Amino acid sequence: MASTGCVGFRLGLIKAFLAVLALTAAVGVQGAERSPPTADHSKFEALKGPFEDATEVTEACLGCHTEAAEQVKGTTHWTWLYDHPETGQQLGKSKVINSFCGMAVTNEARCTSCHVGYGWEDMNQPPPQADSAVDCLVCHDTTGDYWKFPTLAGHPTYVPREWPKGSGKMVQPPDLANIAQNVGASGRANCGSCHFYGGGGDGVKHGDLDSSLVNPPKALDVHMSPEGLDFACSDCHSTWGHNVSGSRYQVEAKDTLGIDVPGHTDMTRTTCESCHGASPHEQQKLNDHVDTLACQTCHVPEFARGGVPTKMWWDWSTAGKLDEDGNPITEYDENGHVSYLSEKGNFRHGEDVVPHYAWFDGTVEYTLIDEKLDLSNPPININRIDGGPDDPDSRIWPFKLMRGKQPYDTELGTLLVTHVFGADDTSLWSNFNWQKALEAGSAMSGMPFSGEFDFVETRMYWPIAHMVPPAEQALDCGSCHAAESRLAGVGGIYMPGHDSNIWLNRIGWLAVALTLLGVILHAIARMIFKGRKHS
Amino acid sequence: MSRVMIYKRFERFWHWCQALLIFTLLITGFEIHGSYSWLGFGEAARIHTLVAWALIVLWLFAIFWHFTTGEWRQYIPTRDGLFAVIHYYLIGTFTGAEHPYRKTTRAKHNPLQRLAYLFFKVVISPVIWVTGLLYLFYNDWPATLAGALELEWVALVHTGAAFAMLVFIIAHVYMTTMGHTLTSHIKPMVTGYEDLNE
Repeated sequence: MASTGCVGFRLGLIKAFLAVLALTAAVGVQGAERSPPTADHSKFEALKGPFEDATEVTEACLGCHTEAAEQVKGTTHWTWLYDHPETGQQLGKSKVINSFCGMAVTNEARCTSCHVGYGWEDMNQPPPQADSAVDCLVCHDTTGDYWKFPTLAGHPTYVPREWPKGSGKMVQPPDLANIAQNVGASGRANCGSCHFYGGGGDGVKHGDLDSSLVNPPKALDVHMSPEGLDFACSDCHSTWGHNVSGSRYQVEAKDTLGIDVPGHTDMTRTTCESCHGASPHEQQKLNDHVDTLACQTCHVPEFARGGVPTKMWWDWSTAGKLDEDGNPITEYDENGHVSYLSEKGNFRHGEDVVPHYAWFDGTVEYTLIDEKLDLSNPPININRIDGGPDDPDSRIWPFKLMRGKQPYDTELGTLLVTHVFGADDTSLWSNFNWQKALEAGSAMSGMPFSGEFDFVETRMYWPIAHMVPPAEQALDCGSCHAAESRLAGVGGIYMPGHDSNIWLNRIGWLAVALTLLGVILHAIARMIFKGRKHS
Repeated sequence: MSRVMIYKRFERFWHWCQALLIFTLLITGFEIHGSYSWLGFGEAARIHTLVAWALIVLWLFAIFWHFTTGEWRQYIPTRDGLFAVIHYYLIGTFTGAEHPYRKTTRAKHNPLQRLAYLFFKVVISPVIWVTGLLYLFYNDWPATLAGALELEWVALVHTGAAFAMLVFIIAHVYMTTMGHTLTSHIKPMVTGYEDLNE
């Protein structure tokens, strides 16, 4: 991955994906069948081009899809704001802090390259208002040639441009007319172009979402694999007027509605139960676990299984070291994963990671910029998950537990965010100067900064819901019902095979041992006296 | 001396099936309890449940048999001769004394056997049966029960009764070797016939 941390080799992957799609079509492998489209976009005069920039394509789209821009602008994909109905917190990508690069607002043009629009350069302002600023193509391109350039606030490049910086590789401007004439429903690669690369690179953030899901083998994801059902993300994350269902701030942790039937239920399909119902197993005892366990707890045995490592530890405190010549350093671990970058500090990556398990009712709270930290009790939770064993709406869920060290204000006792990206004299990645980068981060985010800082250990919960393998690969009973249990310490459950009463065991086995001893002594005495009687 | 049918065909069928089922339940049950791993938890639990149902069905037939034949009277406890039997097992067996109890077809169990089997039938077995069913149907407990009882307590009593069962079996199997010869008590449970002084 590029040392500036980014979205490098995605084009190649998307092309590989399309090649495989073409191949599977040729040999007649059946995935999910889809209705043929009612429009051939190559026949529309408005899409003939040429287009100077991508906003012109959007204008052409809106010529027919008159309501689409307004719809998109009403979604969190556009606003990056989310008013949490349970906690009252205002969240969203423009508000939350994470354990990766901190905040989007302090690294605008870089982070807003994933905004579903064009030209959002100042996140203290709302996104640009023009309807033509909505990006239709990032979700609807089917050619794989459309790519939002990482540093252009959502635009693709319109001139040949080097990326990654210093690599000598040139990214060519996309053929917007061809792309516009080939638009279609969103596939995995569309959603993945942002969601697989969160946190600055492939697989970094989520653990269960990375480029291996563009064309996954069945063993990695039974639903998304072209060998299997070939689901698009939107087959489960069903949409309503461009609003995509599913939320990481208010997760549906326990779907009691079961199978969603048109006209009867809520018509979203983001939960497993939406299709599989609440008692999907042939064995009743397995169905009995549905009250307590999220489906993924057994059915996603490990995450990051597709060959793409995910970041598990990110220690920002060591960032900024330079070699003797004043150049940034790159180090690798024994698996060839980056373990140190001067820009970012120390990392630990993981593949085939066993999740962390915890009770979860779906509500996620964040430690926001003004919240006082409980520094006597590290690690600091960047987000907190609600729920517990006595709450009927909670179940035990799997999580990626992201850990690391992040800067905080030692005077104010609040988190700090860093201005990491930017060709200016304050960004950490250009200057390797924490003081300046934190001051700039403070100015951009509105987060107060006393000037005094240090680093504190943090952790962040990422619910795991993807990379479901075929049922045979689900955990077996003994993964939890054993002395060494995956759910050891989760609390609030009695697990036969793991839990038992130590006094019952002591007394029980003592009684068995005394009985055996009595029997043996009696038998020995019988043999001795039998001998005597005969003599 | 006369050769009489002391354990009828159903009784022997019931006894040996019950023995097989209980051994299977003990082996799988203590694996479920976490005492060792052999079959794997899932397989142990599957077999344990299946065999428990088989045992329940067998018990239903056995209860019916006991009441229709009047054989239940064999288990009515008595103090008459009890201490003589205890004395025999503790002392008499070593000094070469004769067993004080004379078996008949109408009273084929000695007073100590009556007590032990009655305890097995009205305490150990029902406790295992009830707690086992509660365990199995844990998810379907009505709200009032769920509010008053925890699975942990059900598991505790069920396991406690299993220990009692194991103790019973060790003692029971050993006692069967205490006839005139090692197998003279076991043979009638196989053939049904025993030579009695009547």
